Amino acid sequence: MPLLNTIHSSAISIIARYVVIEAMKNRLFILLIIGLTGIFGLGEFIGGLALTETAQVQGSLSAFILRLAAVFIISLFIITGVVREFNEKSIEMVLALPLPRYVYYFGKLYGYLLLAVVIAGSAGLPLLLYAAAGQVLLWSISLFFELAIIIALCLFFLFTLGQVTAALSAVAAFYLLARSMGSMRLVSDSPIMDSGTWSQEVIRSLLDLIAALLPDLDTYTQTAWLVYGSGTVQDLAPIAVQTMIYVGLLSAAALFDLYRRNF
Amino acid sequence: MLSFSFMQTQERPVRDVPALVLVTLAVTLALQISWHVTRPPRAAMSDALPVPPPLEKLRAFSLGDDIALSKMLMLWLQAFDNQPGISVPYRELDYETVTAWLDVILALDARGQYPLFAASRLYSEVPDESRQRLMLDYVFRKFLEDPDRRWPALAHAVYMAKHRLGDMPLALYYARALTERVTSPRAPYWVRQMQAWVLEDMGELEDARILLGGLVESGTIHDPHELMFLKQRLQQLENGKVK
Repeated sequence: MPLLNTIHSSAISIIARYVVIEAMKNRLFILLIIGLTGIFGLGEFIGGLALTETAQVQGSLSAFILRLAAVFIISLFIITGVVREFNEKSIEMVLALPLPRYVYYFGKLYGYLLLAVVIAGSAGLPLLLYAAAGQVLLWSISLFFELAIIIALCLFFLFTLGQVTAALSAVAAFYLLARSMGSMRLVSDSPIMDSGTWSQEVIRSLLDLIAALLPDLDTYTQTAWLVYGSGTVQDLAPIAVQTMIYVGLLSAAALFDLYRRNF
Repeated sequence: MLSFSFMQTQERPVRDVPALVLVTLAVTLALQISWHVTRPPRAAMSDALPVPPPLEKLRAFSLGDDIALSKMLMLWLQAFDNQPGISVPYRELDYETVTAWLDVILALDARGQYPLFAASRLYSEVPDESRQRLMLDYVFRKFLEDPDRRWPALAHAVYMAKHRLGDMPLALYYARALTERVTSPRAPYWVRQMQAWVLEDMGELEDARILLGGLVESGTIHDPHELMFLKQRLQQLENGKVK
């Protein structure tokens, strides 16, 4: 892969700009405002039910929904947008330009990361009502890192599977597994489980193998930061490193498929 | 057809839609409404509180967010007495199952106060001594695991033992535990004085006032809903409406 030169970097910026324009034309930001308003209303409704720890209950449940909603919205936007480019053959027009294929990939990635900044920042706004600003900032930065992995994952599955249903299902399965893997490993290590049997050892080894291939999403965007103010800047360091490693891995895998693909 | 103005591009007029489509639309809409109206209303039936699943299973389904799941389950459990169309009194709940639920909810979020608040102030208010004792015992056991954080629930348990159960030795036992085990400098002074208060055997309303007033003045309760709840309980005490 040639080194990034000026022409390529400006092409990446142009593709990224068109991603943002596409988001505006698809009314992604209006959807975001409507969604945030709805979740704020839901948070207030939940607060009316709580007898104590009202802010904690509101904060934890709003954060839980916001996190899932942010992942869902950006996944759906990416997958439907890129599949439409496949179907309308506009990707072929871009690839016909005298530019290497990685320019297209990184342009898309850059554009979606810009959207992730907006989504993660907006998602933190309602939480300012229920938690300290510093903790909300940590939560939002962590959500951005989480969305960065999801973006790279969507692009990878799109270039590999090329269909909305298959790609969205794969992203959802991956995300839920990555978030639950910590708990699943704890269950497999539990003394309650029948340990020592052959099948048990195989399952445990398999879980360890899967866990080694997945990002530690259960350590990202923690509700405890908002509820108990326990987050520190140091918590973000491993999250940032994990994100860079995993986005790099997914980008390499996506480029591998993109370079081999016949359009 | 059902497009919003900002989504509209260039639509044809309604007269371009075949009549058969319009008729089918009207008929199916009428059928749907008729079907809904003619269905017998669902009878309100109270469901028994199910046994909670194992903690490991709950953790696996929490998507790595145990605290949010804990809060969700607590609200669900708290609202279990208000099922659709029917109100189930607390005394009809299986209290062993209730404590099992409180236990898993607390295990999911060990720093949370909500389950112990519910145990000491909601479920222990039931007019059934065995259930009251079950809840107070639960609060006491959980207090022992983390006295510096969980003293507010046991402080209320002292009051409950003394005035609801009339069991002075039990109240003294709990008060002594508060005195001996709460070491945090953030706990108010009166918590460690409860043993003396029990021994003085003051009047119920006066005790409640001191306890609730002490909780409010300690500055440890910032939640407006909790403050309102405490004030309502105090008002009920003054009006003699507490069952």
